[in-house]
Amino acid sequence: MIPAPFDYVAPSTVDEAVRALVDAGEDAKVIAGGQSLLPVLRMRLAAPTTLVDLGRIAELRGVREDGDALVIGSMTTHYDVQRDPLIGEHAALLARATDTVADPQVRHRGTFGGSIAHADPAGDLLAPALALDAEMLVAGPAGRRTVPAADFFDDFFTTAMSPEEILVEVRVPKHTGWHAHYEKFNRVAQAWSMVAVAATVRTEGGTIAEARVGLTNMASVPVRARGVEQALVGQAATPETIRAAAEHAAEGTNPTVDGNADVEYRQQLARVLTGRAISAAMAG
Amino acid sequence: MTSTAEPEVGRARLRKEDARLITGRTRWTDNMSLPGMVHLAVLRSTEAHAKIVSIDTSAAKEMPGVIAVLTGDDLDPGGQLGMPCAWPISPDMKSPRRPVLAQGQVNFAGEGVAVVVARSAAEAEDALASIDVEYDELPVVLGMENALAEDAPLVHEELGTNRNALWVFDSGEAGSGGDVEQAISEAEVVVKRRFRQQRLVPAFMEPRSCVVDPTAAQLTMWSATQVPHILKTMAALTLGIPEHKLRVIAPDVGGGFGGKIAVLPEEIMALLVAQKLGKPVKWTESRSESMVAAHHGRDQIQDLTIAARRDGTVTGLKVELLADMGAYLGLVGPGVPILGAFMFNAIYKIPAYHFACTNVFTNTTLTDAYRGAGRPEATFGIERIMDELAAELGMEPLELREKNWIKHEEFPYTTVSTLTYDSGNYEAATEKAKQLFDYDGLRREQRERRERGDPVQLGIGISTFTEMCGLAPSRVLGSLDYGAGGWEHSAIRMLPTGKVEVITGSSAHGQGHETAWSQIVSDQLGIPFEDIEVLHGDTQSSHKGLDTYGSRSLAVGGIAVVKAAEKVVAKAKPLAAHMMECSEDDLEFAGGKFTVRGTDKSTTIQDVAFAAFMAHDLPEGMEPSLDAEAVFDPENFSFPHGTHLCAAEVDTETGRVALRSYVCVDDVGSVVNPLIVEGQIHGGLAQGIAQALFEEAVHDESGTLTSGTFADYLLPSAADLPSFTTDRTETPSTTNPLGVKGVGEAGTIASTPAVVNAVIDAVRHFGVNDIEMPLTPMRVWQAIRTGASAAGGPGAEAGGGLGSIDSAQGGAR
Repeated sequence: MIPAPFDYVAPSTVDEAVRALVDAGEDAKVIAGGQSLLPVLRMRLAAPTTLVDLGRIAELRGVREDGDALVIGSMTTHYDVQRDPLIGEHAALLARATDTVADPQVRHRGTFGGSIAHADPAGDLLAPALALDAEMLVAGPAGRRTVPAADFFDDFFTTAMSPEEILVEVRVPKHTGWHAHYEKFNRVAQAWSMVAVAATVRTEGGTIAEARVGLTNMASVPVRARGVEQALVGQAATPETIRAAAEHAAEGTNPTVDGNADVEYRQQLARVLTGRAISAAMAG
Repeated sequence: MTSTAEPEVGRARLRKEDARLITGRTRWTDNMSLPGMVHLAVLRSTEAHAKIVSIDTSAAKEMPGVIAVLTGDDLDPGGQLGMPCAWPISPDMKSPRRPVLAQGQVNFAGEGVAVVVARSAAEAEDALASIDVEYDELPVVLGMENALAEDAPLVHEELGTNRNALWVFDSGEAGSGGDVEQAISEAEVVVKRRFRQQRLVPAFMEPRSCVVDPTAAQLTMWSATQVPHILKTMAALTLGIPEHKLRVIAPDVGGGFGGKIAVLPEEIMALLVAQKLGKPVKWTESRSESMVAAHHGRDQIQDLTIAARRDGTVTGLKVELLADMGAYLGLVGPGVPILGAFMFNAIYKIPAYHFACTNVFTNTTLTDAYRGAGRPEATFGIERIMDELAAELGMEPLELREKNWIKHEEFPYTTVSTLTYDSGNYEAATEKAKQLFDYDGLRREQRERRERGDPVQLGIGISTFTEMCGLAPSRVLGSLDYGAGGWEHSAIRMLPTGKVEVITGSSAHGQGHETAWSQIVSDQLGIPFEDIEVLHGDTQSSHKGLDTYGSRSLAVGGIAVVKAAEKVVAKAKPLAAHMMECSEDDLEFAGGKFTVRGTDKSTTIQDVAFAAFMAHDLPEGMEPSLDAEAVFDPENFSFPHGTHLCAAEVDTETGRVALRSYVCVDDVGSVVNPLIVEGQIHGGLAQGIAQALFEEAVHDESGTLTSGTFADYLLPSAADLPSFTTDRTETPSTTNPLGVKGVGEAGTIASTPAVVNAVIDAVRHFGVNDIEMPLTPMRVWQAIRTGASAAGGPGAEAGGGLGSIDSAQGGAR
């Protein structure tokens, strides 16, 4: 469990980091909190020639308000996201999903942006980011650009970023006063999600005015359960309406098969967990 | 002097060894560093079954820091060396040679193929990728029934069969009971079931490691082993090293669970390389290596047939096992399933019994002892089929058990498998467990949930287990063709300053020997707990022993300590009488003092020890020492028992199992340290529950272990387990002076069937009568849906986690 040799660079600005990536060529890797990368290196499943560590770039850390959105620095740790009052107030879904990430040690080292950029479909922050219509600000040799979450995740562990780009920050529209819940299903507490559902709902009177539902690990990328969202809007939030809406959860999904679940079972979980996520959000 | 007013035995002492073990500030094998030490890394086969066409080490030899790259042929040119198997269970057992590193052929994925010696561990590992091995693939033999099929390819062509051995016990032939076929043919009710004991990984916390120093006066090996004494003798025999020229040290060892009862090819390799180079060497495996190369446990197919009368009286039990040995035989591997032969009849009076076990070779990692070793498998089989019989008869499962178990007044009781249980009280343990569990209340709730069709169903699982432990009476081991005795050694050194060193042949690797042995000696000699040091694991100081496994330490090794202490007192007595100018007959010894009966005249044992040390004035002919040693060979096994009750909630929409409560009342006889007992029970329960719900070593069709990381091989943490309610009854063993029974394996042995029975009980009304372990949510959900026994998962791939990482894309980008 010793990684192959590699060079290590720890730049102090985003521009330096981008330059380091360009200089190091295509076998360079960015390291954020290292919670996914280090096991892969130690098992020698990957052997990058250079690691570019973002840990010393101050501007990548922290959460701030920017008009009708929150801006979350990519190197903000899960622990800080969990406890940030702005996120608690305006993007509660992110806080609830972050609560379920691995264990306290991982949450102290792992980062919000690292998890998004790693693009593991079983990662817990992708579906909430998608559900909240987040936008990713990335920096590269050609400057900075913004990519909406819906266009960001391309495939397993693959994003719209080029190898020379880094994720700077994530802009999350405020969902102030929305109900939120992240319903995660795994076999042991520290495991990845087999399936999880990110649900956030805005009510007016007793009626659901808006709903956003994202699914974790139901395809090679996080997916929106649009059918569920549409079925909920305009309905009173009763067990019956929620159950009926949740029946749409697996529509169009294409989950992977592994020893823990086949397609049929994952789709069953998506439906059941969606109903539970919405109910729990409403109760919370 | 502080004489101990209240006995040490029975006190819940915090463990002496905890501070250093918990903080890790101690001597593990891997943090040993010797002058000039070089590091070993093993290249492991990626193929499960293949001829080795060639091994090209030339590029690796040119890598930075590399000193040598050696193959099996380099280490053993004549192909003479074979790893030892100490338990030939039958005269015609087939034993393939297991080389130090593969020679000519690899037989499981993970087998060592070559070793790199380098100046650093990192350089050694870097060079592995530069070794070029050309394989010529052979058909891979997986699955015991496939292996036994008529035209099956052979793991070892030269053996002519994949059948390792057949071992049979029949009560009709043994005269201990009736003929089982007759019992079955005459039975009013017969229930047959096939259960699968999945393969498990022992998953000790500290990976295996060894250091060999050929520059020391004796060739010295440190190893993260459970068995330093056995390792010393076996390594000497294997390599022809004169035994007195070899010293083995097990420093602090981070868990074993049976997984470190072994003589490793890597240990033999390290001895050979160190001698060849004349330099100290270190080998430490990675976790990935440990998963594929350290022996696995369990892996049986169990066919059980139970015969009974309509009133629930069991009339016969037939057990037919297939046991997967993997590709080779481990140190005691073939005997592990045979330990189960004596336990399928469990606590029940079964008049006719037949046991037959066929051991099978496959192209997988070898199997050997894992916590419980044969007895969890047996307990699972009998406790599961008792529930199935109860369902068939429409009887309350606890009543069925009570109808058949041995009553407390019937002890000592000789079973159909010829063991004599010395003591036990199944009624008392069960009654206490029922009350703690609120058995009747939970049964009521179960009915209510069923009636209202609650999506969360409740089930109650029972396991009324016993086990044989305290391995073992040497004559019994002899009758089973085991390659050693079962005694244990202890010695006590009375130091001039009144302090005491206790030497034990048991080899602690987390159990708490230092604390428990100190408590025993404190009471025996009246020496303060703090003044006692326990030495173990070094064949130079602890020169004699048979090590730690099979819940033997206290029931065998602890008794040797008592016997040695008795000898110390006996040796001190004449000197005490001499010092106080009285007759020995007038002395009584208590609380560390020899007192002249009827007077206030006394002397402490520390004073006597000092007088012996000075030796200025000793009785005529007395040698100047109080030191003593003893070897204890038990006359019988010990038979702890208990009643475990598990309440499981099954979410019928997702198949998730949540353990709502778990109550166990164990009877481990008299208790030296209740805290240690509690810890053993908790850890044992976690491992047994893990077999039921979480753990499984999975190979794909090419023989690759797909559950090769802890992201795929799931170990539960505290978050995944309920808060256990533990309690005890105390029925002292009658076969040792402390009245103790083993506790190291009890929790693991008892808990697996309790959990599975609970889950089946929760969903039986859907037509489910079995679900294969581990009871994953998908398997449970599928079983509910199909109303039948659920098969395994859809693929042989482990789920999610690191196993899902695409190696080409891996990493955080």
